[in-house]
Amino acid sequence: MIELKNVRKIYNSGRPNEFAALKGVSFDCEARTFTVIKGPSGSGKTTLLSILGCMARPTSGRIMFREREITSLPERFLAEIRRNAFGFIFQQYNLIKGMTALENIMLPAYPGGEKRSVLEKRAMALLDHFNLCGKALSQIERLSGGEAQRVAIARALINDPAVIIADEPTAHLDTGLSREFMETMLSLKREGRTIVMASHDTLVCGSAFVDRVIEMRDGSLECKGAEA
Amino acid sequence: MIEKQRNILDFTLSSLLRRKGKNAALLIVYTLVVSLLASVLFFTHALRKEAGLVLTDAPDMVVQKLLAGRYDLVPLTYADRIKAVRGVGTVRGRLWGYYFDAGIGANYTVMAPGDQPVAAGSISIGEGIARTRKASEGDVLPLRGQDGEVRLFQVAQVLSPQSSLVSSDLILMSERDFREFFSIPSTHATDLVLTIANPRERATIARKITQALPDTRPIIRDDIARTYDSVFSWRSGLLLVILASVVVSFLIFAWDRASGLSAEEKYEIGILKALGWETSDVLFMKFCEGLVISLTSFLAGVLLAYVHVFVASSSLFQPVLKGWSVLYPDFKLIPFIDAFQVATLFFFTVVPYSVAVVIPAWRAATVDPDAVMRA
Repeated sequence: MIELKNVRKIYNSGRPNEFAALKGVSFDCEARTFTVIKGPSGSGKTTLLSILGCMARPTSGRIMFREREITSLPERFLAEIRRNAFGFIFQQYNLIKGMTALENIMLPAYPGGEKRSVLEKRAMALLDHFNLCGKALSQIERLSGGEAQRVAIARALINDPAVIIADEPTAHLDTGLSREFMETMLSLKREGRTIVMASHDTLVCGSAFVDRVIEMRDGSLECKGAEA
Repeated sequence: MIEKQRNILDFTLSSLLRRKGKNAALLIVYTLVVSLLASVLFFTHALRKEAGLVLTDAPDMVVQKLLAGRYDLVPLTYADRIKAVRGVGTVRGRLWGYYFDAGIGANYTVMAPGDQPVAAGSISIGEGIARTRKASEGDVLPLRGQDGEVRLFQVAQVLSPQSSLVSSDLILMSERDFREFFSIPSTHATDLVLTIANPRERATIARKITQALPDTRPIIRDDIARTYDSVFSWRSGLLLVILASVVVSFLIFAWDRASGLSAEEKYEIGILKALGWETSDVLFMKFCEGLVISLTSFLAGVLLAYVHVFVASSSLFQPVLKGWSVLYPDFKLIPFIDAFQVATLFFFTVVPYSVAVVIPAWRAATVDPDAVMRA
């Protein structure tokens, strides 16, 4: 489904602080699988996820998505792919403060041009699915950690994406909430979605329903991880 | 497509509400600056229009006699010689002058109106005089004449405030009283007013009068209009110079506010882009944000200026614009609004701000979303 061919990503190219975050990474990800990218801080996990999710362009190399090369697509096409095919769950959730849970969930769908009433209905259904109906009009900063995380997951699902990309989603969660999160991921996988997650949490890496664990170090894949 | 713009506009409005304090402060300053500018424009334009209306009743030509470059009383015999010039309709001697009221330190304009005779011993006074001297109809007003003798005049009428721009400091008295009060012989008048049927002949007639009577100065209506216009332009210019400094400081403030994005705003743009917003969506959102602020301020400022100028009698800058008279007229201007001026104001206030908002947003929105998120 997603294939990276010899992808390099260099930040601050040509400057004294030049830094190679990815050093020729090749990697492919099958549809409907759960892949975990594991590695220490600074190993290039987030950069790899950014490139997979069309959030950043590689310095060199090629990216294929659904057998179509997307490396050099113009920004607006990448934004469209990002919006329709990917759902992102960030480490800090990246919910917009001052806005309600409902508004945050609808955000990725705004540029799609759907009627607001239709959007609201879909967002409310997601809130209901995550037992957050009562919090629809609560501002994000008034939600507990677990509630905020479920809002972030609901937001990732608003455009019904085929791929879920999650960056260290359990880093700030206690064991109970981490397990709850993994249960949600399992149900998403069962719905037929592809999940790519960066994590060094043993609870995630050791999970029974993770199909593949890839280990990264210093911008390279250490080994093509064993099938789970 | 419309739904998309509507959704983004909804988000823009909710973003503005999220930063209530900051945006409200900006809105207030912006509105005040627009309202000050609009007040000056409305005021001077309405004043000029009003002056123009006053001029419609002005004589076609006024002839003054000069003595050593200063104007002097004109002998009424000049009237007959002027009447002989072809194209001149009627010629009438006018009696008017100034009276300094030492008690309140104000100058009044005193006239003997030819067309609306005032009974001997009584006077009609302007609204400004009535106000400062606390005089009303039936009261007696003592005035010291040219010979130093105090004369008592009964106030027969207080002139209507509608005409107070020109009549605020006016005293109307009978011709006999006027001549006696200022010791002006019956053979002379202050100046002569002419009617001329064909406006195109005014300049030619003026030239002929100067040739026939070299010690006179004819002033045609166009000259008076030009003088009025330049006086008002000069005064409004003076106020505009003062206002310019206010506007410049506001522009610096607005530019600073609009052209720099806070870390929070940059972060939000990063989130929106990561979630699939295109650069154009972010720019549209920021443009709407700028437009909502500047348009709201513009409309509120213009409305405030309208109320200030046409309802509250321009209380803020009457003293600057109406000259150095002691008796400021207390009157309401008839609303005259020049669409071109409003459009100019719009382009100088709304457009720069809306553009200034977009530039930094464009800078933030064109980088990869992950870079903005990491910043």
